[in-house]
Amino acid sequence: MTDKTYLFQYLLRLADDHLILSQRLGEWCGEAPTLEEDLALANIALDLIGQSRSIYSYAADVENKGRDEDHLAFVRVERDYRNALIAEQPNGDFAHTIARQFFVSAFMVPFWREMESSNDLMLAAIAAKASKEVAYHLRHASEWVIRLGDGTEESRERMIEALDDLFIFTGEMFEVDETVEAMIRSGVCTDPSSLMGEWLQTVQSVIAQATLEMPDTGFMQTGGRMGRHTEHLGHILSELQYMQRTYPGQVW
Amino acid sequence: MSETATPLWEVFIRARNGLSHKHAGSIHAADAEMALQAARDVYTRRGEGQSIWVARSSDIIASDPVDKDMLFEPTASKIYRHPTFYDIPDDVGNM
Amino acid sequence: MYSQGLIGADGKTHEDEAFLNAFQARIDAEQKIEPNDPMPQGYRKTLIRQISQHAHSEIIGMQPEGNWISRAPTLRRKAALLAKVQDEGGHGLYLYSAAETLGVSREEVTDQLLSGAAKYSSIFNYPALTWADIGAIGWLVDGAAIMNQIVLCRCSYGPYARAMIRICKEESFHQRQGYEIMIALCNGSDEQKELAQDALNRFWWPSLMMFGPPEGDSVHSSQSMIWKIKRFSNDDLRDKFINATVPQAEHLGLTIPDPDLKWNEQKQGYDHGDIDWNEFWRVVKGDGICNRDRLKKRRKVHRNGAWVREAALAFASKHAAQQTADAQIAAE
Repeated sequence: MTDKTYLFQYLLRLADDHLILSQRLGEWCGEAPTLEEDLALANIALDLIGQSRSIYSYAADVENKGRDEDHLAFVRVERDYRNALIAEQPNGDFAHTIARQFFVSAFMVPFWREMESSNDLMLAAIAAKASKEVAYHLRHASEWVIRLGDGTEESRERMIEALDDLFIFTGEMFEVDETVEAMIRSGVCTDPSSLMGEWLQTVQSVIAQATLEMPDTGFMQTGGRMGRHTEHLGHILSELQYMQRTYPGQVW
Repeated sequence: MSETATPLWEVFIRARNGLSHKHAGSIHAADAEMALQAARDVYTRRGEGQSIWVARSSDIIASDPVDKDMLFEPTASKIYRHPTFYDIPDDVGNM
Repeated sequence: MYSQGLIGADGKTHEDEAFLNAFQARIDAEQKIEPNDPMPQGYRKTLIRQISQHAHSEIIGMQPEGNWISRAPTLRRKAALLAKVQDEGGHGLYLYSAAETLGVSREEVTDQLLSGAAKYSSIFNYPALTWADIGAIGWLVDGAAIMNQIVLCRCSYGPYARAMIRICKEESFHQRQGYEIMIALCNGSDEQKELAQDALNRFWWPSLMMFGPPEGDSVHSSQSMIWKIKRFSNDDLRDKFINATVPQAEHLGLTIPDPDLKWNEQKQGYDHGDIDWNEFWRVVKGDGICNRDRLKKRRKVHRNGAWVREAALAFASKHAAQQTADAQIAAE
């Protein structure tokens, strides 16, 4: 593979992470526990859609085959989506959505910060904007983890269950494979596994404030980067792609 | 049937540095941190904010409209507090 | 649209004549009434009814469009739609806040919505079946709403008028967003044009109904008009909407589904065919195709969120107690 194809792959992964997670958060619109929270979740979803658009557009430029952001976002088959599995996990109850956002944002904060000094000027520019956005996402999710963990008996149980359910999907964010290695080598990104320490520290400190214990670390699921997903992704795509599949090639 | 009420907070936003905080509206939140976040998410979605204050609505002490005349009428007659009360010849220039 | 909130409003009031005259003098002098000002009970009750039903309309109005966020055809459309539906939530919130200044809590008015005691605009009981409906809703429903809302910016009650100013400012992109969707469809394939025409066919009449039934000449002497809660008759606003919208439909190359629609040179406006007010009353009374789904969904959302709201309150009270204890220790 050439550097360009590696970069294209890498960008797709990153864009898919953002798109799929925003699709999930968008499902909350009109259904959040309070009106205030409804607006908060939509704000996060909008940040993520914005980030995915910048990354898809850039990926389309890198690929240079006449596809645009919407081609990449909407017209691929399931096995070609490269998001991490955590992004596609169902919203579940509010605790699950918060746990998912918390784990992801705790990673995205150091990730985008490092990316600000990427060799790739385009990604560095995207990172400068994204850094500020994810910092708020992390704060928002952390405050909820703390309140749900240290709230009522019921919220505590739900928060524990959510953290346990989702922890197994967190390892994938730190994986290094051939594509990531190529990116590290060419100075596009830093080694994601080097962000593990900071991530753990963030997660541990918030979970401690929530008066909870860290979930048991054990086996970590993987596969999203190779297009091996959970069964949830197919259903996301059947909604996401509905218009583009039903009316192919039209302008909306 | 009503559940326990979540407290109401008044939200004040400084739109730009150099301006004072202005009342933007209100939100509901259980505590101060959540109130700040809600104020941010509700009232600064179009780049309206540089700084946010929140205060519990129940902590705001308001003057009684019944006292309006007593409180505010007496100042209406003190026109000598305003610059236009004083006659300065035009040829003196701006003052 | 939100004059529907005045249907069945009881403006009856029991204050003495001197009080009412003094109040009316303030209204006639175009002075805004503020929360702590003395006001007739009937004025307060009418406003609570209208503002809370306006708020409920925004909240229930999130559903038909929210139904399409996951299926929006492009990322640009998805972001715009999500931002728009989010705005509606925000507008519901601003309006609940305005109602709260009159002494009703958000919990109380929410209960009224969930129990079915309070109504919301009839339009949101019509389903959004195709992507073109998202265009039609933005163009027609928001277009109709804005006619009413601009007038409400001058409502005599200060907090309502201020909320409306903010809402009108934010909503200025909503109708354009919808019309732009319609333009894309009408510039597209035959199939897309058909989608657009079909959406217009289904949403035209319900949009006209949003203004409420004709009130006859009595409207100008109605209590809401005298108190300047309402400033134009339903028919006046409806005509204004039709006159603004017909040329927009022509621009799109779409046909308004009203064979009796024609320009009236004398009144410099359009005459339109009969509106099916039986349908309107059926939908208002609960038998629109979506009424039951809309309320069920809202009740479910409320129920599912209860444990989260309780948790936030429990955390706050635990930590407030902690803070007080810490402060006491520090003081000792």
